[in-house]
Amino acid sequence: MSYIIKGDTGDWEVVIGLEVHAQVISAAKLFSGASTSFGADPNANVAFVDAAMPGMLPVINETCVEQAVRTGLGLKAKINRRSVFARKNYFYADLPQGYQISQFDQPIVGEGTIVLDMPDGSSRSVGIERLHLEQDAGKSIHDIHPTKSFIDLNRAGVALMEIVSKPDMRSPDEAGAYLKKLRSILRYLGTCDGNMEEGNMRCDANVSVRPVGSNELRTRCEIKNVNSVRFVMQAIEYEAKRHIDVYENGGKIDQETRLYDSAKGETRTMRSKEFAHDYRYFPDPDLLPLEFDEAFVDAIRVKLPELPDEKKDRFMKEYGLSSYDAGVLVAEKENADFFEKVAKLSGDGKLANNWVSNNLFSVLNAKNLTIDQSPISAENLARLIALIKNNTISGRLAKDVFEIMLESGHDPEKIVEERGMKQITDTGAIEKAVDDLLAANPDKVAQIKAGKEALIGWFVGQVMKATQGKANPAMCQELLKKKLAQ
Amino acid sequence: MTDLTRFTIAQAREHLRKKDFTALELTDAYIKAIEGHRDLNAYIVETPDLARERAKESDYRIKTGDAKYLEGIPLGIKDLFCTEGVQTTAGSQILKGFVPQYESTVSQRLRDAGSVMLGKLNLDEFAMGSSNKTSFYGNVKNPWKAKGKNDDLAPGGSSGGSAAAVSAHIAAAATGTDTGGSIRQPAAFCGIVGVKPTYGRCSRWGIVAFASSLDQAGPMTRTVRDAAIMLNAMVGHDPKDSTSSPLPMGDMEAALGKGVKGLKIGIPKEYRPDGLNAEVNALWDKGAAWLKAAGAEVVDISLPHTKYALPTYYIVAPAEASSNLARYDGVRYGLRVPGNSLDEMYAKTRAAGFGAEVKRRILIGTYVLSAGYYDAYYLKAQKVRALIAQDFEQAFQKVDAILTPTAPTAAFGLNDKITDPVAMYLNDVFTVPASLAGIPGSSVPAGLNSDGLPLGLQVLTKRWDEETLFRVSQVLEDAAQFPSLKG
Repeated sequence: MSYIIKGDTGDWEVVIGLEVHAQVISAAKLFSGASTSFGADPNANVAFVDAAMPGMLPVINETCVEQAVRTGLGLKAKINRRSVFARKNYFYADLPQGYQISQFDQPIVGEGTIVLDMPDGSSRSVGIERLHLEQDAGKSIHDIHPTKSFIDLNRAGVALMEIVSKPDMRSPDEAGAYLKKLRSILRYLGTCDGNMEEGNMRCDANVSVRPVGSNELRTRCEIKNVNSVRFVMQAIEYEAKRHIDVYENGGKIDQETRLYDSAKGETRTMRSKEFAHDYRYFPDPDLLPLEFDEAFVDAIRVKLPELPDEKKDRFMKEYGLSSYDAGVLVAEKENADFFEKVAKLSGDGKLANNWVSNNLFSVLNAKNLTIDQSPISAENLARLIALIKNNTISGRLAKDVFEIMLESGHDPEKIVEERGMKQITDTGAIEKAVDDLLAANPDKVAQIKAGKEALIGWFVGQVMKATQGKANPAMCQELLKKKLAQ
Repeated sequence: MTDLTRFTIAQAREHLRKKDFTALELTDAYIKAIEGHRDLNAYIVETPDLARERAKESDYRIKTGDAKYLEGIPLGIKDLFCTEGVQTTAGSQILKGFVPQYESTVSQRLRDAGSVMLGKLNLDEFAMGSSNKTSFYGNVKNPWKAKGKNDDLAPGGSSGGSAAAVSAHIAAAATGTDTGGSIRQPAAFCGIVGVKPTYGRCSRWGIVAFASSLDQAGPMTRTVRDAAIMLNAMVGHDPKDSTSSPLPMGDMEAALGKGVKGLKIGIPKEYRPDGLNAEVNALWDKGAAWLKAAGAEVVDISLPHTKYALPTYYIVAPAEASSNLARYDGVRYGLRVPGNSLDEMYAKTRAAGFGAEVKRRILIGTYVLSAGYYDAYYLKAQKVRALIAQDFEQAFQKVDAILTPTAPTAAFGLNDKITDPVAMYLNDVFTVPASLAGIPGSSVPAGLNSDGLPLGLQVLTKRWDEETLFRVSQVLEDAAQFPSLKG
């Protein structure tokens, strides 16, 4: 499903590379002991070094290093046992040091790979160029006072992982799938919350276009700080069309930094090349090169959780799920865990998938709830499936029970018991209902005998109605056939 | 009563222990001496009340038998060390009125050892200078005068306030910092002892940064023994400074008196350029002769990359400084000159807050790190720096210590018009190589020139070998019989 943009001069394809800034899950900042907790009062989480007080020095937080290595392993990437922190120099009011401590030519993690699962069931590999650790800046607030700006340094110095992809994506959909997959991996690893709306995962998109069939890399534009997967996809679509327009009108694209305006659905220039910063990177003399041994990496490796790709394979193998179904389940670890609990307790993976992926997810989506907020526990859903499997209730009744469970959160066994919803398997009771119906509808009996067998279904429906749905439908059918044949 | 300020630390400590006088009496003597020497402009801030308070605490501990290592010793602290509750300016207008809420690790260690802080000592702005003329708070005067003249002389720099205070007996000792010679050169100009330990010995935490890969704190004292005592109290691993070494140093006081018998002393030929001041040259020979007389073997050595040290230093140090000084932006502390935009506020604040020499180095540093110049300047300088360090490593395979002059001249006049900054930079030509290599160095007052002004000799040893540094320094001191200003 290649993404081709038809232009006036021919077909074009888009070349996309993404830079993701992922906030590291860690109690303290990258180089200070200040807390990273969200929602504190402005400037409450600021150590002297975060405010760049004179003479203050950074000291690396080992947890952040472990998290970066863990992420690198999750991205099947090369771990660099020696990396170097460098200063990226620029002035801004929310950058107290006048430089950001980052990594430049010697990052902690090198090349890796992410496998994308596309909606059509195909998969695609996207290369990771590098991952490096760096400090976040503070926050400037310009809308409190007409002429003054306010600075909140709570975020200043919080650890970020900048994860840079290779220019391997060819459509907005692939860019979207990449972000979702990356977020999924980060969450599985517990190294980033991956919440783009809250800003703990941010994305810059590098976009260029080229005629289909060409291998050149044309001038790219960088769209900065887009804050949702949807906006990233929209921004890429817009930007690609803009490039094609420019080229087809004989113009040329300038390398520049652009912003996406989600209200207008367009990108616009933020900083042209002439005003590009010269960051004057150089190794930070306050920090020694970051070095660790293979044992440090191994200790992290042995504790890696099962990641989405492996879990998907296992779900397909262990529970007989399709690639698509397994892919949907593993995208969020919590969903996968919920499913697996239901599958294990009920002993039926396929039914578990039906109830979780179809019934439960559609309700949760409609109510905008996460799996953690599900009104039905995994244990109760497994019990419901068990009731279906042991013929206590029919599939139809099960849906009613499911609805009651949604409302009440109660145990399905209790619901069935209390409301007398047990399937009637007592032949006598069903037989009486059948006899009554046959007696009351001699015309229809005659029609069936004349060959209009479809009417048997009408009788089954009537029996179910008469028993408030509790009759075992298979048993009804069987009885009816027997009586009509007499 | 005898003038208590004439005692060395070692002597004063003994007298305090024997209760010949109290810490408060000693401190009061220094406070009075400071008042009498305000013309030197050595102190930016005097803290007599704080000093008396701490002296009383010392007396209490002496009384209860809890006296610590430097109990009751009155010290001056270079105003580059952040001191809790006491203004810290780095000699710059941009930090005028800045009062830290924290104490630098080194000054905290000295405080924990029972010493008494007399005040904050003047320095070249952000430690950039060799004369103390770049201080926003006015230049310091050297307590020494040329024979028969009354012209004011430069104390050297950047630790000029520290050197002048120790020399004039208005501090028993002082802290200094040395980036390219800022302890050793002023020590030589003022006739005192200055020691720059191995890079990584003293924590840099809480010291206003000039060039992080070079900055190192050290003691400035009247005797080699006092330097050993001070350094013992100043060093130690600090987890708050990633470049601070976990290697323990050992007791330097105990190293004294071991002599130099059997040691090999190197004389580097590159330190004897054509036109080297004849008196400096002669003193250097004399120093070598003293060591030989004390049983050392003196050999000629070569440090072939010496001539590249100064240009290398004037790329590396400004590069780091340009970045280190970016934080002085008027946003959070210190001087702010308002503007109509953020950029205008930055420009006005930094234009007003920094002096000419600091601006020059920020510009040089920004230039050498810029795209297109980085490889030719900064990267090249780092490679040369490695070669200079390698020169020393190879030399120390043959010798135990190196002897050189500390500075090419004695103190120059404060009114001498030095308009060429490079001429000023040449003051550090002998001290800069050791800074680039991170090795320890000392300056020991070794004699007077024909004008009656002090000249210093520099001792260098390999990394972490302060012990040899002190052994050699003490032999030089014993031989020189250098006259203190107070006899």
